Amino acid sequence: MTDTRPELVRLSGVEKYFGAVRALGGVDLALAQGECLGLVGHNGAGKSTLMHILAGTATADRGQLAIAGAVPANYAPGTAKQLGVRCVFQELSLCPNLTVAENTRVFHPSLTGFTWRRRAGRLILDKLDAIFPGHGIAPSDLVQDLPIGRRQMVEVARAFTVTDEPVRLVILDEPTSSLDAHTAGQLLGFVRRAVGDGISCIFISHLLGEVIANCDRIVVMRDGTTVADAPAAAFDRDRLVAAMGDVEVHARDVEAGHERRRGQSPLRVRARPARQNGAGELVAHEGEIIGLAGLAGHGQTSLLLSIFAAATRATTGMEVTASVALVAGDRQADGIFPLWSIAENIGVRSLHSLRSGLLISARREYELAMHWRDKIRIRTPDIDNNILSLSGGNQQKALFARALGSDARIVLMDDPMRGVDVGTKLEVYELIRAEADAGRTFLWYTTEFDELKQCDHVYVFRNDLIVADLTRDELTEQKVIQSSFAEAG
Amino acid sequence: MASLSVPDRRGLPLIGAPNVPRLLRALLPALSLALVLIGIAWLNPRAISYFGFTLMLNLAVPIALATIAQMFVIAGNDLDLSIGAFVGFVGCVTATWLRDVPLLGIVTLLGCIAVYAALGALIHLRNLPSIVVTLGMSFVWQGLAVLMLPKPGGKAPDWLLEIMRLKPPLVPFPILAAVVIAAVAYVGLMRTSYGAILRGSGGNALAISRAGWSLLKAKMTLFACAGLFGVLSGLALIGTTTSADANIGNGYTMLSIAGVILGGGEFIGGRVSPIGAVIGALTLALAASPLLTFMRIPPDWQVAANGAILIVVLAARVLISRKDAQP
Repeated sequence: MTDTRPELVRLSGVEKYFGAVRALGGVDLALAQGECLGLVGHNGAGKSTLMHILAGTATADRGQLAIAGAVPANYAPGTAKQLGVRCVFQELSLCPNLTVAENTRVFHPSLTGFTWRRRAGRLILDKLDAIFPGHGIAPSDLVQDLPIGRRQMVEVARAFTVTDEPVRLVILDEPTSSLDAHTAGQLLGFVRRAVGDGISCIFISHLLGEVIANCDRIVVMRDGTTVADAPAAAFDRDRLVAAMGDVEVHARDVEAGHERRRGQSPLRVRARPARQNGAGELVAHEGEIIGLAGLAGHGQTSLLLSIFAAATRATTGMEVTASVALVAGDRQADGIFPLWSIAENIGVRSLHSLRSGLLISARREYELAMHWRDKIRIRTPDIDNNILSLSGGNQQKALFARALGSDARIVLMDDPMRGVDVGTKLEVYELIRAEADAGRTFLWYTTEFDELKQCDHVYVFRNDLIVADLTRDELTEQKVIQSSFAEAG
Repeated sequence: MASLSVPDRRGLPLIGAPNVPRLLRALLPALSLALVLIGIAWLNPRAISYFGFTLMLNLAVPIALATIAQMFVIAGNDLDLSIGAFVGFVGCVTATWLRDVPLLGIVTLLGCIAVYAALGALIHLRNLPSIVVTLGMSFVWQGLAVLMLPKPGGKAPDWLLEIMRLKPPLVPFPILAAVVIAAVAYVGLMRTSYGAILRGSGGNALAISRAGWSLLKAKMTLFACAGLFGVLSGLALIGTTTSADANIGNGYTMLSIAGVILGGGEFIGGRVSPIGAVIGALTLALAASPLLTFMRIPPDWQVAANGAILIVVLAARVLISRKDAQP
């Protein structure tokens, strides 16, 4: 570690909280000029949050950021850009209704005057030519008409264009995720050349091989802190995976009574992802808890939703033999009815059985809600209070009560434990296990390994496909992570 | 797949590279105008003349201006439900103060534009739905208009009457005015470098603010432009009708929204087309009364028939653009 290059960025003791959830817990990170730093970690490890703080789009609750030795005051995206920090965010930050040239203009306030359009076009085209020869993009193309891979190319190229502000650090957050192998290779080659020219680079990727091969140094993050920081040469794929995952071996809390042979009970769900060809389908029987694992957004939610749709309307490739209820993951967006009481929120899935004549029986709704309040301990003085009077974890319990209190024999869970505290989680795990023993079937998408350990059988998803099919005995975190990440190169 | 089927276009010039879906989208409004024109020509060939167009389109100029005003608001993902009442209020100011006390009239109209900019600021800063704010404002403008002119009356300033009575050679005045309006709005919003920022704020506001631009300024600019074109619309309306009425602009809110959408604009995403919007306004102005009169539809039924035509034309546009989106 005899690094003589001048230091460009230093983050010290950075903490960030979203409500009660700690996203970053005191991160220290330093980066030298002309260094390519690889940043890896599981979903929710805090990588993106850290980069948002570095790019000025989020502010740290505690800690300090210094660029080239100075601590900038009122750090904001504009300041970051003036200091030469560019960021290619995971979510595309191009305006789809503008052309490629116009998007370049958005990035460069100095492109004004009568010929701005031509100059912006020339600027972006030259950079695209330099990074992705043969890219096939014209500056007058509307971004909305470009396929996702080309949008990504434009965005990457734009981050490297220079007018009056320097480029000193480019943050690439999953830049290759929507590029094919050829263009990804072009990009990585360009990054190495840029680093050679003295530009620093932070490279975030789930393709571990890429990170090891192209970075000078690798930092591993887990649970909002950095857990490893060493030259890339010190890592291989297995060491990285081990550093990212939970290395302590948890005692597996399998009770003997739960050891059940698959296929003994009647079939409940047989589903196949839309793009799956060849082997690989999800099968669930009565009384089973089936885990859907893999990185976030790799097709788990869409499969759950198509199973939900298949329950009411026959769909080819889907077989659902009982009624279905869904526990939403994004509570605020598609879970709770914010203006309704707790009781109404719980009863809404069971309106058929709560009816008396043409009306909803308030008494039966109240009874149902009280039953579940006591059973899963929703902490509220009055079940008729507004749902928003509950804490996040208790709102989630109310959503569970809605599904479990209904007549549904299959419960689909779309990563429902996000942002729920440990105590509540343990209570819900117990409840799910008890309900499964009583004959309910659970399909449980989760990004947390601890929750997979509750499952009887786990399917791992990657790129909208089922890539692994693990029984409870085969399940290890290593295996899940191994199959979640594409085999690089 | 996509990279195989799309030819390498690097050899093409920087500007003006052909883009088929974009061309189709741009031609749609012109197509609907052509359909209405063909209908009129078929029903009454004599209407297709210098004099005929001047007559048929004399109310198209204020509609086109109101449509452009609405377009600026829609470009920022908002909707202005007060533009009709605003045009009516401007009309009342024009027919009274602007004629009698020109300085007061001018200050009032400039103040109106400032109020619009302030509305933009309010909507942005408080994160309010523009529909609610502008709906509220529509009652404010309407009330002010009634206060100014409780009974229909007043008179347009002479200079305004003269502008609106211009008889340019060869091309009828409304068509010339429409071309000028479209050109000004097109250059301002589509060609200037700040226009790209304004449209971008509707397309992806996050990206614009991350690039260091002020969304507040963008929103205020868009609303101020809407106010400016609303004022011009009121002036043009009074120049055509010669006197004012507090309710004179009431139909303009819906007409302007329909004109923007008919012209290829979309409610969200910053996708608007100034030229399309003007063509949409002309189409609506023609489909409104001349076409219906020529179809011998009794006046009692014209408003309903007008609405029906609007639905048919807009439905056709949605159908065509949906086909275009899924080739």
